Amino acid sequence: MSIWEYANPKKFLTTSEKVMPALWVSSAVLISAGLIWGFFFTPDDYRQGSTVKIIFLHVPSALMAINAWFMMLVASLVWVIRRHHVSALAARAAAPIGVVMTVIALITGAFWGQPMWGTWWAWDPRLTSFLVLFLFYLGYIALWEAIDNPDTAADLTSILCLVGSVFAVLSRYAVNFWNQGLHQGASLSLDEKENVHDAFSSPLYVCMAGFALLFLALVLYRTGTEIRARRIKALMARERLEA
Amino acid sequence: MIALLLRDLKLALRAGGGFGLGLAFFLIVTVMVPFSVGPQSELLSRIAPGVLWLGALLACLLSLDRLLALDWEDGSLDLLATAPLPLESIVTIKALAHWITTGLPLVLAAPVLGVLLNLPAPGFLWLVISLLLGTPALSVIGTFGAALTVGLKRGGLLMSLLVMPLYVPTLIFGSEVARRGAEDMAVQTPLLLLAGISAASIALLPFASAAVLRVNLR
Repeated sequence: MSIWEYANPKKFLTTSEKVMPALWVSSAVLISAGLIWGFFFTPDDYRQGSTVKIIFLHVPSALMAINAWFMMLVASLVWVIRRHHVSALAARAAAPIGVVMTVIALITGAFWGQPMWGTWWAWDPRLTSFLVLFLFYLGYIALWEAIDNPDTAADLTSILCLVGSVFAVLSRYAVNFWNQGLHQGASLSLDEKENVHDAFSSPLYVCMAGFALLFLALVLYRTGTEIRARRIKALMARERLEA
Repeated sequence: MIALLLRDLKLALRAGGGFGLGLAFFLIVTVMVPFSVGPQSELLSRIAPGVLWLGALLACLLSLDRLLALDWEDGSLDLLATAPLPLESIVTIKALAHWITTGLPLVLAAPVLGVLLNLPAPGFLWLVISLLLGTPALSVIGTFGAALTVGLKRGGLLMSLLVMPLYVPTLIFGSEVARRGAEDMAVQTPLLLLAGISAASIALLPFASAAVLRVNLR
């Protein structure tokens, strides 16, 4: 039993179909529990009032926006090294989800920034690097869409993903250097004493787990769709050949 | 390699003005800026380093689609790929030829355009140095973008979308050097970072460009 068994699309589809209902249900339960807990059963912050509750959408989506790119990077590496088609399709499937997560993080951040900083947008390092990440996602998706041959597209996008990751990290540190930030430091980290209060962090962890499961379910679902689309294409090509 | 470099330079010089176009574009962008932001000289001198860097970047970007597309269309790229030279050095030479025909003229023209934008006196030296260090990175990164989109019809817009995010660190450090130079501040840190980005891109990106080109030539 190894993970490489799932390089077989058939095996991938049957297993993911078995796992997906559980993923959907658990992510729905976790997200709704986390949001209800977070929105209705946590105290208002003494300075931020109830706007602090945007954190329950903002942080998980930002987390998944970065991790979606990371997953694409791993999947691209697998494609480049071992040439498993499912891996390339999973990278393709993850990109639009990553864009949506990035947009959610940017928009919820703007809604929080309006009352707190008095501005929808500031050229703060974190905000800017998220915007750059958004542009990287757009370029990646556009390249997938532009190329007809699926193998060429998979090769080119995976190399773009590898090079882009390096430059995304570079940009992250470059913008840090370029402007001082308004954005606060990490709210949750393992090595710091000063974290956000437990009253907020517990529902936040629930939301983060829910978003991670939702992302997983969406990726499996979309990868399945991509595999089927590829299959239909192959069948139609064969039909044309026989006709 | 030298023969290839000379061939690319000759083609750029002779074949219908590809050589001067980037420079002319740089000039026209710089001239348009005061029309859009107003002619106040103190405002212009404050934004001059950034505008000049952005203009140079756009001029580089616009000349990229000629970099490989012409050789792709007439089939000479296939010949080059089967030549005894490794594809990595071919793309490096291509990037070098692009830098000599686009980047270097931009570096030389930048001080003149700096006068137009009322760049403060200490800024000229650092503007030239930052462009001299940064434009090779722009050419090498651009070659990667051109190699990605070489097989596509109307790949130009897509290439801009792909290349621009990759230009972000170079632009930040490059214009930071120019800005700090113009304000008479210490420039060492961004200068070193800019040089580091250039050196790393020149050393590593040709491998990515060649890999991409091999996929496209398959």
